[in-house]
Amino acid sequence: MNGLRPDLAAIADMIRPGSRVLDVGCGDGALLEHLVRTKNVDGRGIEISQANVNACVARGLAVVQGDADSDLVDYPAQVFDAVILSQTIQATEKPRAVLNHLLRIGRRTAVSLPNFGYWKVRLSLLTGGRMPRTPALDYSWSETPNIHLCTLADFVDLTRECGATTVEAHALSDKGTTTRINPARLTDSYMGPNLFAQGAIFLLKKN
Amino acid sequence: MTEAPRFLRPVTGTANVGMAVTFDTPLPLDCGRSLAPFTVAYMTYGALNAAKSNAILICHALTGDQFVASEHPLTGKPGWWTTMVGPGKPIDTDRFFVVCANVIGGCMGSTGPAEIDPATGQPYGLNFPLVTIRDMVRAQKRLVEHLGIEKLLAVVGGSMGGMQALQWAASYPDCLRAVVPIACAARHSAQNIAFHEVGRQAIMADPDWKGGEYQLHGTRPSKGLAVARMAAHITYVSEMALQNKFGRALQNREALSFQFTPDFQIESYLHHQGASFVDRFDANSYLYITRAMDYFDLAEEHGGLLSEVFRVNAARFCIVSFSSDWLFPPVENKRIAHALNAVAAQVSFVEIRSDKGHDAFLLDEPEMFATVRGFINHAASDLT
Repeated sequence: MNGLRPDLAAIADMIRPGSRVLDVGCGDGALLEHLVRTKNVDGRGIEISQANVNACVARGLAVVQGDADSDLVDYPAQVFDAVILSQTIQATEKPRAVLNHLLRIGRRTAVSLPNFGYWKVRLSLLTGGRMPRTPALDYSWSETPNIHLCTLADFVDLTRECGATTVEAHALSDKGTTTRINPARLTDSYMGPNLFAQGAIFLLKKN
Repeated sequence: MTEAPRFLRPVTGTANVGMAVTFDTPLPLDCGRSLAPFTVAYMTYGALNAAKSNAILICHALTGDQFVASEHPLTGKPGWWTTMVGPGKPIDTDRFFVVCANVIGGCMGSTGPAEIDPATGQPYGLNFPLVTIRDMVRAQKRLVEHLGIEKLLAVVGGSMGGMQALQWAASYPDCLRAVVPIACAARHSAQNIAFHEVGRQAIMADPDWKGGEYQLHGTRPSKGLAVARMAAHITYVSEMALQNKFGRALQNREALSFQFTPDFQIESYLHHQGASFVDRFDANSYLYITRAMDYFDLAEEHGGLLSEVFRVNAARFCIVSFSSDWLFPPVENKRIAHALNAVAAQVSFVEIRSDKGHDAFLLDEPEMFATVRGFINHAASDLT
């Protein structure tokens, strides 16, 4: 469609036109620029990498170099219609604190994350006896930035503990396709998306 | 301006200061006084387009001047920001009309304490009113109007120049499209005020300062000014850069001399910095401009709430800081970004990794050039 990664495209579909959006860990700004161009959103980003921030600035995006763990505290409550955290929460130092901040800053929070409960990951550990490496999580245990991996069921638990409801959820397949799923099915830790989805996208709102 | 021969000319008195415009309408100042007439000396580079929409104002730092991209008339050195401003450079003078003016209170042709006070026929000296960053910007606004420019494409500056860029956004939000404050802060810190006070006291302790009337006495407080520059220079570089460059290396000798002549290279280097500075800068100007920086606190008139300063701002901001800058550390720069974010302004912020300290903004920092180039190009992308 627009060259956007499928998981990012699924997030983009959750964003209402004309809304104010904060993309935390916005990378090179591909999603943010897409949202600004096609949905006329008032977009802001936070990104840790200097090269990525420069890429964003050159695209005319308003991006602050910083990281989710230390910078979200400086953002006022409820100023954004939507906050996006794409493939980042597993790399934060304090996922719970980060999620709480996201829920505070935005009226809606879109989070995408890899699923450590995915059957290929489980099988890899079971049969290999080594820390799993999959295409989506292709790091050795000693080099990985993903210090807080979880399963989808774990994440749902965290959202509940943070007082949030899943408004909408999409499963991500290995092939990069997305399927809308019933959030209720996410709590089954043995079957359903927690076993069969490589990752998922959640749209959350504070209760 | 003809100068009465009985006064010592300011150190910059014979220099060709480029272009200059004198305004007869008084310039109201924050201290309650006003300045009339007053002169703004400036340089321009590139050509103003027909729509007058491609003008970029560069604001210089404490000891800078209007020679941003051309040879300095006193030192013969290249402009102070030729890495940033020029043909094909991040601020491309083939595309943009670049204006850089000497600040009010300065000593490169704009009205300052070394100039003649028309009321007395003598150099202003300490009778020159205390000016602020906002006063400097007021004077620049007059110049910009004089050049027929209603809306600047961008205001760009580092250090004190960054303060001016922020002040531009606060004072004239409708007169600019983009703002690039580099290595600066929205207020001068206690530590920075402290360093400035050391410099001022060094100047005023020099017997040749003569209560600020040195021009009348035919002297120059060069020793005091040199010490002020030496102390300040330490704050412009990082500890690591000093250590890497000089360490404990000795200067032209094999062993310690057991005397107070400069044994160490770092001493010799600082002496050189001080000695070369006094040939191009006026001591009273140094007092006035450091004071202007000390007084800078953008949020003060808004009850300390920086975000209120930018409440109605359609301009885009790109704030640049350097990791090893301990004079204006990244956290101070980031404060500005957060204040702008809080009022939904369009702000970007970068923290460039560098071991060069505060002076990094004047040096070869490819990431800074990439950031500024990208930002300015995008700001100019819908130019007519």
